[in-house]
Amino acid sequence: MARDTLTGSRIRERRLILGLRQAELAREAGISASYLNLIEHNRRRIGGKLLVGIAGVLGVEPSMLSEGAEAALISTLREAAADSGVPVAELDRVDEFAGRFPGWAEVLASGHRRIATLERTVETLSDRLTHDPNLAASVHEVLSTAAAIRSTASILAETGELEPEWRDRFHKNLNQDSLRLSESSRALVSFLDEGDTGEDRRGMPQEEAEAFLQASGFHFPALEEGTAVPQELVQHAPELVSEAARSLARAALEQYQADARAMPLPALARGIRSGGLDPVALARQFGCGLPVVLRRLAALPEEVLGREAGLVICDASGTLLFRKPVTGFAMPRFGASCPLWPLYTALVRPQVPVRRNVVQQGRNAAAFDCMAVAWPLEMPDFGADPLYRAVMLILPGGQDAQDPQPVGASCRICPRRGCPARREPSILKEEF
Amino acid sequence: MRARTGLSGRGRREEFLLMGRHVVLIEDEPNITEAIRFLLTRDGWSVDAHTDGATAVEVIRDANPDLVILDLMLPGKSGLEIVRELRAEGGMQALPVLMLTARGQMRDREMAEKAGVTRFMTKPFSNAEVLTAVRDLHAQAGQG
Repeated sequence: MARDTLTGSRIRERRLILGLRQAELAREAGISASYLNLIEHNRRRIGGKLLVGIAGVLGVEPSMLSEGAEAALISTLREAAADSGVPVAELDRVDEFAGRFPGWAEVLASGHRRIATLERTVETLSDRLTHDPNLAASVHEVLSTAAAIRSTASILAETGELEPEWRDRFHKNLNQDSLRLSESSRALVSFLDEGDTGEDRRGMPQEEAEAFLQASGFHFPALEEGTAVPQELVQHAPELVSEAARSLARAALEQYQADARAMPLPALARGIRSGGLDPVALARQFGCGLPVVLRRLAALPEEVLGREAGLVICDASGTLLFRKPVTGFAMPRFGASCPLWPLYTALVRPQVPVRRNVVQQGRNAAAFDCMAVAWPLEMPDFGADPLYRAVMLILPGGQDAQDPQPVGASCRICPRRGCPARREPSILKEEF
Repeated sequence: MRARTGLSGRGRREEFLLMGRHVVLIEDEPNITEAIRFLLTRDGWSVDAHTDGATAVEVIRDANPDLVILDLMLPGKSGLEIVRELRAEGGMQALPVLMLTARGQMRDREMAEKAGVTRFMTKPFSNAEVLTAVRDLHAQAGQG
């Protein structure tokens, strides 16, 4: 189908938008209504002076009527139809679709492009796991060394009378191999970690916003000193690609700005120096709520706070809205986190401060001092249900860490057995 | 030859079957070679070890062993190619080949099976697994 055959449809479209009757447009353009009707139904070619005249009456550039939708859009739509696997009856009307509903066509085409990108990513990742020669060599090295260690160790353990020369030799081998195993396993881990960094993490607005906050260490001197406003900070941040990410980051910074005004840095630093890290005392001193104090403490540089601090904020659905990571406390990147976090204990008892020592299940069972509270997002009103959010400050090293409460990150990666809060089975094997 | 504890209780016929056995081990990991050599020697095997994949086929042909233990990933030539070439040679079709693989090499393993590997062992293996596999393979070859 030739490209210009749709000029008529575009004229009709435009005329209907303007609310003109066929006869009116025909009269203005100096042609008969029946001839215009033929043009509008793409039965007569149109060009030159007449096209310019009609475009003038309709108030558009002649090229808008003659060129219409982009060729690239049309070919993407064709691809989408071909890849869908179901017969599309109107394949021959793709130009018309793109011309009449350019917005919807773009939605469909960009959806198709996104699917193609994702499919490529999946292929790349699965190829990498099955075919990457470095990965295969690394795994082979680790397993071969483990095989050598296992054989040697069990010879030493199970053979009754072993000649001293053999015994010494096997001891020496064992020592060599264990060294090699620690090196090769470290190499393997760093290899696997590499794939997780950089560009391929981008794409989700939350992740972009997080990368932006992370880049500044969750501390913004310009907002502390009042020399910049959030809008300026997010405008040119290289981490923020999408508009959605920019608006998320701006909301976080606006909260930061308000908190910093309520508890200015110099006074807060003095308060911590004299009274220690006591959120309730600080709340009284500054006359502000506990949520402000907890958020504010997590926004302080480590040298002012005297220690590392993590923070999470969730809404009433339990979804994490804000994450400031802290060493040793795993936070799920996607999906819901562990319902045993004190954050959620606080969420079901709004306004009641909750303080718990917790230890995360896993290899390095470090204790954390967690302080959480839920607050109503807006001023409570008659006849309106309050909307709560909860915040939890996470400080490494539980204060008096006897009997810390065991928690996880999220069920899928949590090895804890017989947990009443378990939501779905773990992907971890029990023996690990 | 001394009587070995591992063999006590075995029948006379089996004891006979286990005599004069010769294995060629192709493995580039010296400490695995040493451990397997020790184990199999104690079990009454004479063990020839070799590390290079490129010359493995010649070594095996010259040694004409009762059994071959072969690593999948070797310098010079992969275990897969070695098996293919062995199977193509005259007189080597029935030679039992035990292949050592690492986990995660399932795809290679399927190909190796087609190429004519008799049995697989996944690293890291236990010494008991090695001995069992070697004895089973030898017994099967003796019957066939």
